[in-house]
Amino acid sequence: MENSPNRPAGKVPISLIVNGEHTEIAFAPHKTLLEVLREDLGLTGTKHGCELGECGTCAVLMDGQPVLSCLVLGVACSGRSISTVEGMADGPTLHPLQKAFADLGAAQCGYCTPGLLLTAEALLLDNPSPTRQAIKEALAGNLCRCTGYIKIYEAVELAAAWMRGESAEPAREILYGQR
Amino acid sequence: MAVIRDMIPAFELFQPTSVDDALSLLAQHGDDTWVLAGGLDSFDWFKDRIKRPKVVVELSGVEELKGIRSTEDGVEIGAMTTLTEVATNSEILANYGLLAKAASQVATPQIRNQGTLGGNVSQDTRCWYYRGGWPCYRAGGNICYASAPQAMNREHCIFGADRCVAVNPSDTAPTLIALDAKMIVKRANRERVIDAEDFFIGPGTDITRMTVLRPGDLLTSIRIPATWAGASFYWEKVEDRKSWDFALVSVARAMRVSNGSITEARVVVNGVAPYPMRLDAVEAAVRGRPLSEETAQMGGEVAIRRAKALRHNDYKLPLIRNLVRRALRGRPA
Repeated sequence: MENSPNRPAGKVPISLIVNGEHTEIAFAPHKTLLEVLREDLGLTGTKHGCELGECGTCAVLMDGQPVLSCLVLGVACSGRSISTVEGMADGPTLHPLQKAFADLGAAQCGYCTPGLLLTAEALLLDNPSPTRQAIKEALAGNLCRCTGYIKIYEAVELAAAWMRGESAEPAREILYGQR
Repeated sequence: MAVIRDMIPAFELFQPTSVDDALSLLAQHGDDTWVLAGGLDSFDWFKDRIKRPKVVVELSGVEELKGIRSTEDGVEIGAMTTLTEVATNSEILANYGLLAKAASQVATPQIRNQGTLGGNVSQDTRCWYYRGGWPCYRAGGNICYASAPQAMNREHCIFGADRCVAVNPSDTAPTLIALDAKMIVKRANRERVIDAEDFFIGPGTDITRMTVLRPGDLLTSIRIPATWAGASFYWEKVEDRKSWDFALVSVARAMRVSNGSITEARVVVNGVAPYPMRLDAVEAAVRGRPLSEETAQMGGEVAIRRAKALRHNDYKLPLIRNLVRRALRGRPA
C-alpha cells in the first residue's frame, strides 16, 4: 500500500512521564515527540522551529538531558521522563531561570526561550557555578535572533547565583545600560 | 525539488528489543526498510519527503546496542551509544582521546545527547543538490548538479570525484580510521568485521551509498584495538561558524615518536573526498623522519599532490596542506 500522509495510521499506546506526571497516551507512530506534546497533550510551550536540528527551540529534557523534541519519535519515549517549560514554575512561583530571564529582558520575542530555559536548567543541575564559557557551550545549540545572547548569559549567571542561595541582584548597567 | 514540510509521512514502524529481532525484521522487509538510530539525519530526509521508506526499524529499545565496554584488546562501543557518552567516557578519554575530541565537537549538546556513534558514521552526505531532492547521480539520475559550470560547490570534494563530488560529513569517521577501528556488521546468520578504512566507500564503488552497509545489514558495534592507545593524537575541525557546524575539512592524526623521530603515523582527512581519506602517501613519507618543521612542511605538500579543485573550493588545498602540517608538528590536540 502506498504510504500517504493522508492515510490514517493506527495509533500506538505508550506511557511516559511528563513533568512528573504519569501519562498514558495513544498517537500515530510517525509523530515526533514535539507533535505529541503540542497536539496530543496540549503542551504548546514547546515550539516548532527549524524541524531539522539547527535552532534548538524545541528542546526538552529527556531523563534530565536536553534533546530536540522535533527529532525524536514519540513512541521512542516510552517510559522516559520528559520535562517541558510548563513544568518549570512551581505553581505561581517562577523558576529562578524564568524570573531572571524576565527581569533582565533575556526574552524578547520569546520564541527561543522555552528551549533556552530547559537547556540552561540542565546545565545548572550539572554545574551550579558555570563559567561564561561553559554557559556559551551549553547553549550553543539554541539560536536567538533577538537578544544577541548577552542578556541570556547574564540571566543564566544571575539565576545560578540565586539557586546557590546568594542574594545576587542584577547590576544597574545590565538593567539600564551604561550611563 | 524539495518542498520543506514539517510532518513525517506515515510509515510502518517496528521497535525491536534485540539485535536478533532487528536482523530478522531487516531480512523480512527488504530494500524499502530504513534503520533509525538517533534520527538526526533520518528525520531531515523524512520531513522533506525525499526519502520515504515504507518500513522503519527504530533501534532505541535495543539495549545490547548501547554502551562502552573494555575488551582484552581495547574497547567496544555499541552502535547506539550516544556521542555524549563517547565524548565523556573515561577509558576513551584516557586512551583514545582522538575519538572523544571529535565526538565532543559534533554539532550541538542536544544533538550529541541524541546522536549515536553508529549514526554519525552512517549519515548521508550534505551535498545540497542531493539533499534538496535533485535527481543527481547519487539519487539515481544521470547528472551531477554540483559540478555543473554554474554550480555552487564550495563544500565539495578535491579528491576521489567519480561523477559525484559530494563529501562525507562525519567528524568521528576519520578518527576511527586513524585508530584502526573495526566495524562489526551483522545480517541474518552472518557477521563481518570490517576495517573502518574499508567501511566508507566512494561513488566509484557504489554511487548511491556512503558505506558498505546494504539493506539487511546492521552496524552493531565499533571495536577500537589497543594498537594506538595512549599515542600522540591531533584533531582539528575547520568550520564556517565558530560555534558549531559541519566540518569544511577535518584532520585526525595518531602518531608514535621515539628519540625525536616519527616511528609510525596515521593521518586521515575528511571533508575533501566522498569518503574519509587516509593519506597513505603522507604516512609513508614521514615514517622514520625526525619530528621537525621540515618534515611537517614536506607532509603538507605530499597531502595535496593529487588534489583537483572545483570552481569554488580551491581554498581546500592550502587548508588541508596547512592542517596536515600542523598535525605533523606533533603538538597535542
